[in-house]
Parts: sequence; C-alpha cells; structure tokens
Amino acid sequence: MLADVAPDPTSSAAAGHPLAPLPYRVRAVATETADTTTLTIEPRSTRSVPAPAPGQFVMLYAFGVGESPIGVSAHRADGTLVHTVRNVGKVTSALARLTPGDTVGVRGPYGRGWPLQEARGQDLVIVAGGLGLPPLRPVLYEVFENRDRYGRVEVIYGARTPKDLIYYEELQSWRRRSDLRIQVTVDAAGRDWYGDVGVVTTRLPDVRFDGSRTSAFICGPEIMMRLTAQAVVARGVRPEATWVSMERNMKCAVALCGHCQFGPTFVCRDGPVLSYRALEPFLAVKEV
Amino acid sequence: MSSRTTEDFREAVRRHPFLEGLDPAFLDAMVRLGVERRFRVDEHLAREGAPANVLYILLDGKVALEVGAADHPALTVQTVGAGEVLGWSWLVAPYRWRFDARAVKPVHAVEIEGGALRRLLSEHPDWGYQFLLRFLPVLAERLENTRIQLLDIHAR
Amino acid sequence: MPLATATPQAGFGGQVVEEVRVGERRTLDRQRFSRLFEALAGAGYSIVGPTVRDGAIVYDQIRSVEDLPIGWTDRQSGGSYRLERRGDAALFGYTVGPSSWKKYLFPARERLWTATRIGDSFTVRPEPVEPTRLAFFGMRACELSALAVTDRVFAGGPVTDPGYRTRRSSILRIAVQCGQAGGTCFCVSMGTGPGVRDGADLVLTEILDAGPHRFLLEPRTEEGAAVLSRIASELVPAAAGEARIAEAIVARTAASMGRTMEATGLRELLRENLEHPRWQLVAARCLSCTNCTMVCPTCFCSAQEEVPDLDVTKVERWRRWDSCFNLAFTELHGASVRKTGLSRYRQWLTHKLGTWHDQFGTSGCVGCGRCITWCPVGIDLTEEIGAIRAGPGPAAAPGGKP
Repeated sequence: MLADVAPDPTSSAAAGHPLAPLPYRVRAVATETADTTTLTIEPRSTRSVPAPAPGQFVMLYAFGVGESPIGVSAHRADGTLVHTVRNVGKVTSALARLTPGDTVGVRGPYGRGWPLQEARGQDLVIVAGGLGLPPLRPVLYEVFENRDRYGRVEVIYGARTPKDLIYYEELQSWRRRSDLRIQVTVDAAGRDWYGDVGVVTTRLPDVRFDGSRTSAFICGPEIMMRLTAQAVVARGVRPEATWVSMERNMKCAVALCGHCQFGPTFVCRDGPVLSYRALEPFLAVKEV
Repeated sequence: MSSRTTEDFREAVRRHPFLEGLDPAFLDAMVRLGVERRFRVDEHLAREGAPANVLYILLDGKVALEVGAADHPALTVQTVGAGEVLGWSWLVAPYRWRFDARAVKPVHAVEIEGGALRRLLSEHPDWGYQFLLRFLPVLAERLENTRIQLLDIHAR
Repeated sequence: MPLATATPQAGFGGQVVEEVRVGERRTLDRQRFSRLFEALAGAGYSIVGPTVRDGAIVYDQIRSVEDLPIGWTDRQSGGSYRLERRGDAALFGYTVGPSSWKKYLFPARERLWTATRIGDSFTVRPEPVEPTRLAFFGMRACELSALAVTDRVFAGGPVTDPGYRTRRSSILRIAVQCGQAGGTCFCVSMGTGPGVRDGADLVLTEILDAGPHRFLLEPRTEEGAAVLSRIASELVPAAAGEARIAEAIVARTAASMGRTMEATGLRELLRENLEHPRWQLVAARCLSCTNCTMVCPTCFCSAQEEVPDLDVTKVERWRRWDSCFNLAFTELHGASVRKTGLSRYRQWLTHKLGTWHDQFGTSGCVGCGRCITWCPVGIDLTEEIGAIRAGPGPAAAPGGKP
C-alpha cells in the first residue's frame, strides 16, 4: 500500500484543477456535412494545452452545457487545434452552434494515440469509417512529413453516402499523391457517384502490404473496426500490430470516474488506441 | 486479334483470382468458352429483369450494381471490379438479372455464355464441384457485406 | 472538553512530558477510555466514528464515548441488517454498517470548480480544499485495506484527485481489531482481516473478558504515538499476556466468518466466464438499485454535473457518486453500451474481483460483506463466484425474468 499520501499541490486555487478547462477562441467553423462541423480553435491566453500526439483526444467544453471527448484532427505549433464534431447530443450540438469569436473550453490531450514509433519501417494500412477519419488525419500528416519512415501506405476511407464524406477537398489532393494510395468507398450511392460502393472491408483485397511487417490503424464504428481488424489479421497482420481507436463514455478522461471502462482498460487513459490483441476477447462479447 | 494478343489475354484470364489454380483442363475449357468484352463508362453489362445468360470475369474496371424503381432513384448497393466476378443469375432458373450492372470505369472482362458453362459443369461434375467451391465464398462474402450494410453502422 | 484537564501531563504548548513510542503496547481501562477522545481533540482532530442512527450503525461526527454504539450489535445476512442489544457494554461489539470512510475523502457530492464568464471568455476557479485533521475512529481491518485500495485509485495513477489527496493527507487512522465476525463478513478469504496488519496509526483491541473491560493499544506511527503520549499517565504498559489475548480474539473472529470465497485466480476465472449462464440467473434477481456500489468502501465511480446559473454567467461543476448499475453510465451517442441488467451486474462483479487487478494491482473487494447485506434481494457475490467456479451450469431457468 501507499505509505503516505501527500496533499496535491494542484489543489490550490492558483494552480488549477486537472478537470478544469482552458478557454480557447473559435477561429473558424467549416461545415463538413449536414451534421458535422470542423472547428479551428486557438488559445485565448498564454496558457494552452500541450501538443497532442496523433490519436489523442481532448475534452471540449461548451460553457454552461458540458464536455465531450473529441479527437484531434490537426494541430499547429502555435497552439491551434482542429476538431471535427458530429452533432449527436447536447454538448456536441452546442459545439456545432459555435461561431468564430466564440469561446470553447479545452483540457487534455488525453490517452495513448497511434503507435507511430513502433510502425516505423513498416507498411501502414489505415482504415477509417465515417468520423473515424479525423483522429487518423494526423497520422497522414506525419506520413507526409516523414515519408521515408514508412513503407507502403494504404488508406481506405468509408462513409455512409457520398454526401457524408468529410475533408472532401483534402481527399482529392490525397488521391493525387503518388506516395500513398487512398480508396474511398460508400455504403450506398446514387448514379452520380462513380467511386466504390461497399463497406470498407470490400476494399481490403485490393490493398497490398507485407503482413509480417505492417501496422494497421483502424478507426470508425465499433462493428466496422472489429470486422476490419479480423480481416487484416486474416491477411497476416499481427494482432499486436493491429490498432483500433475505441470509443466509450469518457467523462473525466483521467481514469478517475470509471465510466469508460472496457474490460480491464480505461479507454481514456490506456486507449483510446488499443491493440486488437488486447481487445479481441472483449470485442466479441456483447455489452462489455 | 493476333494470336499473340489472344495468348496474353488467355494468360490474364488464367491468372484471374477466381480461376487461378483450377484443374488446367477445366481452365482451358472455360477459357475456350470466354469472349473478351469491353464496356465504356455508363454502358450496362446487365439490366434488371433481362435474361441472364452470361458470367463476367472482370479483368479491369469497375461496375456498379444498382437497384431502383419508378418511385425511387437508382441506388448503387455495391461496386465490383478487377479480380472479381459478376453474375450468378445464369446458374439458376429463371435465369434473369436481379439488378442493373453499369460500368462506372471502363471495363475489360471475359464473358462466358451461361448455357454453355452450365452444360460444361453438368458434363464434368468434378469441375462443377470445383466451380461451386469458388463461387460460394463469393456469394457468402457479398451476403456478409450486405448484412454489414444493413447495420447502417454510420448512422448513430 | 477543556484541554488542560484532559492532558495534565502535557506542558505549555502541548509539549509532551512522558512519551509512548511506536510499537509499545499499552492498556487503557474502559473507565478511562474517554481520555482517548480528549487526547484526539487536544491534538486538533475532529473525530468521526460509529454511532447509532436510524436503526443502523453509521459513521458520523462523534464527540465522546457515549456517542459510540455502547452495548449494541448488528445481525447481518443477505438483504438483512438488524441492531440488537448485546448482553454487555462493549463499545465495538458489531461489524460494519452501511456507511464507509470513503465519504470523508471522496464526498458523495462535491463542487470541483466554478467558471465565470468574463467578456467573451471565462475563468475557472478550482474549489479550494482545506486539509482537516480528521480522526477515523474505529476503522476495521477490511476498511484499512479499502483505504489502501482507494489510495491507489485516487492517488496512485498518473493523474491524481486533488481533493482526495488533500483530505487523505491529514487523517489519523485509529483501527479496531474485530472481536466478532458479521454474518456477511469474509475478510479472511480476501486476506484483509480481521487482524490489523498495515495502514493504521493506532490499533485498538477491545478485551471484554479475562479481567476488567479494557483496551490494548498499539501505536503504529509517530502520529499514533503522539496521541497516546498525551494521555500516557492513563495508560498501563501492557501485561505480558495481553497481546496473546488480543491474538486469541482475532483468531476467534477469523474462525467465525459469515462467508467464505476462494479468492485465488478470480481475475482469470471471470475473464474466461463472461458468457457464463450464471449471469442470467443473477440478472433476473438484480434490481440495478445501485445499493451495492453505494455501500462499497472501494467503489469510486462518479458523474460530473454542470450547474449553470439562470443567465449562464456562472457555472458550477459538481461531482457526485455514480454507479455502473445506472443505465446512463455508459451512454454513447444517445444509447447505453450496457443496456441489460446482466451486463451491468457483470461489469460490477468482473471489475470488483477481476479487472481491478489489471488496473490497480489489487482486488477491489476487501470482504466487508456490505454489498451482500444491503442488497435488497440478497444477492451474494461469494455465492455467485462459487457458482461460476463450479463450472458451466445449466442455462437460465426458463421462468427467470430478464
């Protein structure tokens, strides 16, 4: 047991509280789809949160409404953060209503992101479904910046319909790149869509990689992640090199409130990015 | 078509994932039945309700499988492309297409006449069995993908 | 109580004349037991401890011996708790009740911070937490273990809870070795009691026979010794046989546990039995009332509440106890991950006895039996574990309601 528990220095009013947000200014708001908005925010004062690693998340705070865990889809050295928010609840709808000049609270970044260090020298298979793309975008930025660190890079991005695709302009520019291949697929489309139709796993047979030296990064709805992880493991990717970004009810984000537990993990602290090796026994059980 | 090109084409067919590794005599018989076809974008490979008398082995391009009705805009439910096959309505009665198939990228394919293929498979039940072992997983995978689509996982 | 009369041995400024050292056993007569309260008050401690309220023994502020449940005992079994008169005037002749010490370190409701809108921005003022010298009077061995568990939860990780740490830093732990086991106790199985091993500042053993009603006191820390030093003249060096009498009391308690549970390999057992048919049977009984989590001395889950004023210029952030039995606990995109009572009970038990080991290197259960006693339908985790351990049983009875 612990010998003595010392008082926490951060408990003094001046030093802040681990659950207290910092004020940020909304600099830009972009509408991605009917229910999805991208916020670009910057610190209001000299105090800002530390630079997030790809795959980490922050708690975004709508004043007087509450907090929601939101992945970081980009950040800059000046403290600017970019978040893509889907309007699905009380807090996210308040976040979606923000306009430039408004204030939003931020605390974080939290959790463990994509294991890019371990992925060096390997092929990367990146599979995003729907709102799974924002937390993976920093991985692509890292790849573009340090392209020689990785082997083949294959990206599959799936959405419900063509209208639900986010970062549309950027997707076009990624498709023109020769240093990675991106396949975009939707679950259903009208006749004006000349791209692929089918769930993301239907694109996997086309993807080329050396399974024994590949890291797979998967983010999207849980069913999609489970099926995709199974599919890439079946193609020879090691389960411990297959990573998924879990989503649970993160409230405190620092493993103190208990809400986000998934089996033995606190998704907020031990995840959100977790290996399929660790998750597999629990993903198969309903309502863990 | 020169014999050189014909041989290249036949070789490409033999290496198609759906056919590769089949009994060589069976493979040769299939290749002999095959006719090379090309479709431009928006050209139809199949029309819902029309007699279905071919199997397409897709070498290149992309085909959208569409369903629609007078009161509903056409909906693409799946695309299939290089390395895949298209059509099983030729195998079972009443031999009619159950959907529209439209090229969304220029298509290069092998077309095998359904009646001739059925006769071939009937005359050589061991080939028929080999063929079904290749065909069932394709059907199973499409069924599974359709199930996942039914879940509409992106709608939360 | 005036300090001067309470500690005649203390000189000016509370300086101690006679000293009791760590590890030195002393005997305190029942007639002089109130001196211990005076010593604690003199050392600046507020005292919280067991007292009778609303038909139960709860922990609350106490000021004197008379506030203790003198002559009372508790009769506990699955879903049942009754106070009864003892035939004697024992001060600690009962086991643990519905309350636990965690409420003093992790309050059931607590304001974390207040945010104020200023112009188009806001500032956040964390709630100041003042350390209070609080004496936990009458902690049981299982409760000391529970404290060690919550220390790991709130103060052992990379991010610690400021309020917990501050409050925890200034408590005095006065333990009592249990003279009897309760009907739902199983501390022996969990290796947490009934004898006090670690984590106390001062250990008491109440001796009711073999001589006058008295207490064997053993200071385990400087803080504990300092309190005894204030009343050194009231204390008698423990006679040679006293320690053995105390040991016999603990051994007798250990031999009369109300429950037993095989605790080895629980982590693996539960991990491998997430789909065991037994879950359906227990889920058919469980009411998801959250009682077990409220009385558990280690359950730590909490919810945060945003409380804005009318014009939303000032917002308070509150934290309150939450429970994994609440449907909203796992809310995700407008639906709950754990929709069924089965999954919620399974989460509670697999966490408490299994994944707690993964997370904190210890069991989350200390064998106090509160969850059994206070379950309105008498669900008994020792019985559930026994059933799961017995192997895959028959599927849920057809009549069992989900």
